[in-house]
Amino acid sequence: MQLGFLVDLHLCMGCKGCEIACKVENEVPLSTWRLRVKYVDVGMYPETKRTFTPLRCNHCANAPCERICPVSALHYIENGIVNIDKERCIGCAGCIMACPYGAIYIDPETQTADKCTYCAHRIASSMMPACVVACPVQANIFGDLDDPTSEISRYIQDHHDTRVRKPEKGTNPHHYYVGGGDVNLNPLASERVEGYSLFNNITHLPVGGHH
Amino acid sequence: MHAAIEATNAVVTLDVGLPGIVWGWIITMNMWAKSIGTGVIFLLFYLLKKYPNEAGYLRFPVTVVSLVFIHIFLLFTVIDLHHIFRFWHIFTQPHFTSAITVGAWIVTGLVALLFLMAFTVFIKKNTASFDKMLTWAVVISIPVTLYTAAIMAEATARELWQMPTEAVQMLLAATLTGSATLILMGGRLSYEAKRDLGLILGLSAFVAFIVYMSEMVFGPMKGEEIIVTLQAVKGAGQYTTMFWIGQAAAFILPMVLVLLSISSRSESLLKLASILAIAGLWIVKYVWLVIPQLLNLS
Repeated sequence: MQLGFLVDLHLCMGCKGCEIACKVENEVPLSTWRLRVKYVDVGMYPETKRTFTPLRCNHCANAPCERICPVSALHYIENGIVNIDKERCIGCAGCIMACPYGAIYIDPETQTADKCTYCAHRIASSMMPACVVACPVQANIFGDLDDPTSEISRYIQDHHDTRVRKPEKGTNPHHYYVGGGDVNLNPLASERVEGYSLFNNITHLPVGGHH
Repeated sequence: MHAAIEATNAVVTLDVGLPGIVWGWIITMNMWAKSIGTGVIFLLFYLLKKYPNEAGYLRFPVTVVSLVFIHIFLLFTVIDLHHIFRFWHIFTQPHFTSAITVGAWIVTGLVALLFLMAFTVFIKKNTASFDKMLTWAVVISIPVTLYTAAIMAEATARELWQMPTEAVQMLLAATLTGSATLILMGGRLSYEAKRDLGLILGLSAFVAFIVYMSEMVFGPMKGEEIIVTLQAVKGAGQYTTMFWIGQAAAFILPMVLVLLSISSRSESLLKLASILAIAGLWIVKYVWLVIPQLLNLS
């Protein structure tokens, strides 16, 4: 069995329901993320449009994070998921340096590396990942890539614009996108204007909530 | 650069910020101290082969200096861990595809050997055994000084750090700081021996400078990630000043000072070149470590 993920970007409407479901399911602390939806604005006013791209761990077949981890905290499980053992992690951040997708972070509460596990704990109980359940438009498709009759396999067969992120890195991701272009998938294809990022301008109300 | 941006007028309006510099000055200290710790071993070996009589007194002090700097390197390696007291996992639950693990095991072997060498020469006064062990210390020091380059090569996300140039830079950093440290320690050496050390220092600086310049000028041929990364040290980039201060202090000025010292037989100039090289290498390592981390990967 080789589990994989596919997001049909034609369907995604940027509601961020998957983000919230992931945060709640995995108790992801504030200012960190296992899954997020990147918004990119394209064009010049009035000819503008906004694209949405859910980003998460790609569960690569040739995962650099698994290779660089000195203690096997990042490891494969039999269904192909790159899982993490937080009890083993020494917090060297090698995996953060190795992941070409920026999908790994140091959990500020446990001080260990953390990332999307495709909700491995839910899959062990025959449930779908939380983000798949939460998606109102079924843009997230999850299943066994080794099974040619699975929905994800059929989706890949039927859509010739299926892509992965950064194929040149040779990581062989098990996370696919349909309907994505450079703007969605290449971080260098868009500019980041200072002050327009999520979470980097967190403001705190004073005690009592009054100014 | 950014041809795609021109074509699409794309701006990321909502995205998470960069996680910041994850490997910062602590890792710079790690690499810098390791260069000195292994470099002095290489250069002691050279001196004992070429000037066995006059360099003999350096056996014990150089071993101590190596031990001190290898321990500085180990200290900064461990304190950079988010779970300092779990570093034992590298030995109890090792994963040998990781250059971090392989390096930790080899360094442990080197430390044990260095302690044995210090004991042999200081307590046992047995220089013959010391010299045999020194040969093995040189052999082990090569992977010790190179393995950080292997870690960086495994850091797939940071294109600028890839092999083989990082491996060359690690070796050159060791010969640069090793020769500089022995120039500062070798007050009783003859001028010829110091001149040899100065030549090694100057040549190391020269080759390292050429490699850095080659990466900076021809690096963009490798890919767009390199182009964007190098913007931080080019033109009015945010690390331009620091980059050139490092290049000048570590490589350019030592090269010039070594040439001047050879023409004037000035030991003071050699010492100045040594101090500049040791200090400048820290800056060089820091800039090259940090700039790939400025790149947003999402």
